[in-house]
Amino acid sequence: MSTMQKFVGWIDERFPLTANWKTHLSEYYAPKNFNFWYFFGSLALLVLVMQIVTGIFLTMNYKPDAALAFMSVEYIMRDVDWGWLIRYMHSTGASMFFVVVYLHMFRGLMYGSYRKPRELLWVFGMFLYLALMAEAFMGYLLPWGQMSYWGAQVIISLFGAIPVIGNDLSLWIRGDFVVSDATLNRFFAFHVIALPLVLVGLVAAHIIALHEVGSNNPDGIEIKKHKDPVTHIPLDGIPFHPYYTVKDIMGVVVFLMIFSAIVFFAPTMGGWFIEANNFIPANPLKTPPHIEPVWYFTPFYAILRAVPDKFLGVVAMGASVVIMFFLPWLDRSKVKSIRYRGTLYKSFLTLFVISFIALGYLGTQGVTVLTTNLARGFSVIYFAFFLLMPWYTKIDKTKPEPERVTG
Amino acid sequence: MSNQQVDRSKRRFLIAATTAVGGVAGVAVMVPFVMSMLPSERAKAAGAPVDVDISKLEPGMLLAVAWQGKPVWVVNRTKEMLARLPKNDSFLLDPKSEQPQQPEYCKNGWRSIKPEILVVVGICTHLGCSPTFRKEVGAADLGADWPGGWLCPCHGSKYDLAARVFKDVPAPLNMDIPPYKFVNDNLILVGDDSKGA
Repeated sequence: MSTMQKFVGWIDERFPLTANWKTHLSEYYAPKNFNFWYFFGSLALLVLVMQIVTGIFLTMNYKPDAALAFMSVEYIMRDVDWGWLIRYMHSTGASMFFVVVYLHMFRGLMYGSYRKPRELLWVFGMFLYLALMAEAFMGYLLPWGQMSYWGAQVIISLFGAIPVIGNDLSLWIRGDFVVSDATLNRFFAFHVIALPLVLVGLVAAHIIALHEVGSNNPDGIEIKKHKDPVTHIPLDGIPFHPYYTVKDIMGVVVFLMIFSAIVFFAPTMGGWFIEANNFIPANPLKTPPHIEPVWYFTPFYAILRAVPDKFLGVVAMGASVVIMFFLPWLDRSKVKSIRYRGTLYKSFLTLFVISFIALGYLGTQGVTVLTTNLARGFSVIYFAFFLLMPWYTKIDKTKPEPERVTG
Repeated sequence: MSNQQVDRSKRRFLIAATTAVGGVAGVAVMVPFVMSMLPSERAKAAGAPVDVDISKLEPGMLLAVAWQGKPVWVVNRTKEMLARLPKNDSFLLDPKSEQPQQPEYCKNGWRSIKPEILVVVGICTHLGCSPTFRKEVGAADLGADWPGGWLCPCHGSKYDLAARVFKDVPAPLNMDIPPYKFVNDNLILVGDDSKGA
């Protein structure tokens, strides 16, 4: 036995290192027919790590104080060696996190990855999405620009729409009568400590649940149904390591090319990743003439604006996110994957994607009669996708699923 | 020991009692943490009244000051502006100011102590943005029947020049009128309406 083997043996007697390596990597059998859409889970993990690392280094120079915050960000950008790079990696990472997560969720929609036995996996994922939204929202306040300030003011006021307790609740969240130093300080605490811990814990739960039930695949069939009679390894499964680690590294390379191009050549993405108004220090006396959330929140923001009643608008916006949790129980189709679904589901999914993107665009535009009416129409389609799902997935004409994956 | 029977009901009782007492303690410990997030004594004390000198405020102009960290507007309304106010009534949600969004002494047609001087907290009652002053009658983007007032840039709520909200916009209430008083003709004290002193 080599010294290395002896050393690993010494560890294994005290900590299940080899056993864990096998369970989660070298003997975790994933379907052999993963395609392009299966890059985004590992990419989301990569972005999480990047956000944590760049975040730690930003914290070394950032000051969570209403009088100092804006200038400390400018200090990072101008005076700290490589500070601009770390800051732009973090701000680009925030948007790219949502790009990756939205594609990851769309993959789930296409291939029915939320269906039995993966309901909890989906629910953990939805909690991750909620935590990520809270993390992004609180992070956006920290630069203390005009859009930080008024965005936070609007979102916190949403809670004020809740009957009876609303006003006290938003007062409690702000810790002051308006968004102020107290709000900034506590958002900093949530952004750098509380929510990252929650995110990391949920990622662990998400992966443990995944490795318990096994990965879905583009055919939406269970590879565990056909196992080698001797080894009990799924016949259509290949070990995650080295096969998918190598595939994912290739995805990482392409992703980092795009990511670097944004960081170096278009860090604000023409106002989509960092809005122009956020280069103006927060002014509690003046709302900028046009305010909008960052792009990843605009679909829900458009739904909020589409409803002409304060409380019902907030309810509709909340419902548009919460309804996604129930997807596993709304879908009654005999098949999981879009490959074997009928035209009815494909049409509804297409309409849903169009309305999600359209709402995202409308959420960035000013309020006119036209945009409001369009937003109303697309909101109806958005909700119809979910609420009519038990009906149209049941009557939809499906094709027979294959026994084995088709590659 | 081995022949001793497990007293299951006693075990259940002890588990329930421990859970209940521990749960109560857990909730009790949460209280100080939750309360620590309420506005601090300093934040509450920061609501001190502010003086506003209106001697240089010309008719038709708006002056913004900060009170409790909020924008407070003082507007010197012209005779024409005041004359238009009653005509808005049928388009307003609460033309008579029935909702408690103003002190009793401002519950009138112009929502102020002196008709021409409006004092109002410039925060939209929808989601807390600060509306934009759009006094120009019939502004191109607001329609020929726009009587002048405020437009909220966030979600399009509209208010007239007495800060009363129009119908069919997201904001549910008229903008808030703070307590205030005239110290003399040119000086307003915002945040304090006590008599004397």
